Amino acid sequence: MATDWQALDRGPVIPGASSVAYRTGDWRQERPVLDLQRCVHCMLCWLYCPDSAIRVAAGRVVGVDYDHCKGCGVCAAVCPPRASAIRMVPEGAA
Amino acid sequence: MSRRRVGLTGNEAVALAWKQIRPHVVAAYPITPATQIVERFSEYVAQGEVDTEFVAAESEHSALSACVGAAAAGARVLTATASQGLALMHEVLYIASGLRLPIVMNVANRALSAPINIHGDHSDTMGSRDAGWVQIYARSVQDAYDRTLLAVWVAERARLPVMVCLDGFTLTHSLEPLEVYPDEAVQTFLGEAPTDGYTLLGGEPITVGPLALPDSYMEFRRALAAAMERVPQVLEEGVRAFRAHFGQDLPSLVDARGTEDAEVALVVLGSYADAVEQAALRARVRGQRAGFVRVVTFRPFPTTPLREALGGVREVVVLERADTLSGLGGPLGVEVRAALYDLEVRPRFTDVIFGLGGRELRDEELDNLLRAGPPGGVVYLGVEGSRVLELA
Amino acid sequence: MSLNLRELSQRAQGLAPGHRACAGCGFPVVVRLLFAVARRPLVVVNATGCMEVVTTLYPYSAWPVPYLHNAFENAAATASGVEAAVRALQRRGRLSSPPKVVAIGGDGGTYDIGLQSLSGALERGHEFLYICYNNEAYMNTGIQRSSATPQGARTTTSPVGRVLRGKVQPRKDLTEIVAAHGIPYVAQASISHWADLGRKLQKALEVSGPSFVNVLTPCQPGWDYPPEQLVEVARRAVESRYWPLYEVEGGRYRVTYVPREPVPVRAFLEMQGRFRHLLGDEEAVEALQRWVDANWERLRAREAKDH
Repeated sequence: MATDWQALDRGPVIPGASSVAYRTGDWRQERPVLDLQRCVHCMLCWLYCPDSAIRVAAGRVVGVDYDHCKGCGVCAAVCPPRASAIRMVPEGAA
Repeated sequence: MSRRRVGLTGNEAVALAWKQIRPHVVAAYPITPATQIVERFSEYVAQGEVDTEFVAAESEHSALSACVGAAAAGARVLTATASQGLALMHEVLYIASGLRLPIVMNVANRALSAPINIHGDHSDTMGSRDAGWVQIYARSVQDAYDRTLLAVWVAERARLPVMVCLDGFTLTHSLEPLEVYPDEAVQTFLGEAPTDGYTLLGGEPITVGPLALPDSYMEFRRALAAAMERVPQVLEEGVRAFRAHFGQDLPSLVDARGTEDAEVALVVLGSYADAVEQAALRARVRGQRAGFVRVVTFRPFPTTPLREALGGVREVVVLERADTLSGLGGPLGVEVRAALYDLEVRPRFTDVIFGLGGRELRDEELDNLLRAGPPGGVVYLGVEGSRVLELA
Repeated sequence: MSLNLRELSQRAQGLAPGHRACAGCGFPVVVRLLFAVARRPLVVVNATGCMEVVTTLYPYSAWPVPYLHNAFENAAATASGVEAAVRALQRRGRLSSPPKVVAIGGDGGTYDIGLQSLSGALERGHEFLYICYNNEAYMNTGIQRSSATPQGARTTTSPVGRVLRGKVQPRKDLTEIVAAHGIPYVAQASISHWADLGRKLQKALEVSGPSFVNVLTPCQPGWDYPPEQLVEVARRAVESRYWPLYEVEGGRYRVTYVPREPVPVRAFLEMQGRFRHLLGDEEAVEALQRWVDANWERLRAREAKDH
């Protein structure tokens, strides 16, 4: 999807944080399923998620951004064993 | 406006222009024959005569890289180099123009290795002629000073980087009289940089220099070409503003004299303009109708004014201090011929390569060339051994 | 300084989602911690590399802060220009809240092609932080060896053949080279030890003058481990003392984490395909272990001299 060159006189400059419009969720083969009942809100999944796909609010984990989650499974791997609040489930499975 | 008249070398005059421009940032690396520009400017900084951030980089590549960073951050930025230094900058030259950054660079033209040589020719800047920089070649010390000031005005309005080239040693190290404009006049002339570009600092966060794949890269390059196409207009406005501020007339693209009735026209770039113009005048005294064209701005190439100046001329002789090593002669010759290709009657053409690595061009060599009649093809004037290369 | 993730999570987001880094990529956590611990606005200069490519694919950028990409080998030089501009604009009253300049490059852009540019900028004393996200090879171009690649590792330019078995030479010690510049703050960190990394980034941001943090940042395709094991593989690098965590502050060395029961380097190697050919070669593994031990002892001795 090319832009008309006449609109590009400013040079190669784009707005920050615009990548949110690009969805990487369809890369996923497995999806993380979060059990908020078990979650201890340690925030390790938030910290280590490479795709900023762990949604947090007021210091608590509130969900997963499936539009962008690539299904790498890092969140489940760093989730402390005492919580085990994240399971990886094959995409398409219930 | 009260001017001062002083005697300065080309490098000193450029350094003085820099001080008067009062850039935010200078990032540079010393190299013969541009060193004194940076040396003299460092003295101004050390004496507190100018409040510029001076970045004494560890290489030319880093010097220009720092210029790119500073210019993207919204600073007015200057640098200087020559020869191998410009070659080392090569990669970043394209980035500076691609990012549309108004960096101004003085180049003290010098030969390229090998063999190593510190003296003047145009091999260095000709090697970066397609890098998206405006290229202006100075004729004299005064011209180098004037055009350095003008370059900042033009760069900021065209949002393109500009090289102001001055011949190594023949200008950089020659003492000439210089009319110096008052500091305030320079400041009023330049004013604040226009704000139609972008700046990394202030405002919404932006990403400068993203990756562009085949679906967008070509549009960016076309936009860059368009920016270059607009430069003659910006230069015209620039020289008008320059005249208004300093009372000084500057030809913007070419300076043509006596071409209206000329049978033979001599085309030249840079400081040998004086010698070549004098040779044309001597030819006229001898009864040979010779004209003279100085190409002031080589990028963008002044196609239209050259066609106007050379349209009716039977014999065109380009004299230049660089070679393409392509069998087609030097770069100026190649482009002059390309510019004249569409003329209904094309002139006969001779490309004279002279003065490589600081080899002097003697008046009698020019006179002999005109007396004997230009031979056509490519001539290596002043070289020991056979001189003429037939053009294919 | 103690860092609390719940607090940090409220302070700043990391890279915007939608970037094209591989699933399980290691560097976004470095950026997230950087943003979370920063107490001043930042401006980022990024060397060419994976990070630059996947985060700035036109027309989308993942960077929520001002960001500049110039070329591969010149992030430090470019940062020095941005910093000079910040100073000049501030001096002339054109900038009210001057940002801290942060340059980020991979090991290729830092250990190898950008070393001169880095050294020059450090020597000139610019006020900037340089972060090397070190994944121990040229990953962006498809896993070629760099001077950060460890001995024995397989890359596409240090392949495993009948004559040569992965990279011949040991890795270069860039952290020590940087420390030799005598800059105010130098640290080595790992994404696995996030609090240590966060503290180091915070110190590095707040020190006056140049600072440098070399962060071990695993690369899934390059190191060839199961993607979800990102943090574990980095943790084993530290627990085996293959990648010591330490800092050099005002010239004083301090090991910031001493593994209580260090694991053998084999535990780090065996997780990764790039070392698979070594695992049956007891002599090679022992040689690597000796190299790890010698490095560690030298570091501890250096630290002891300062305490």
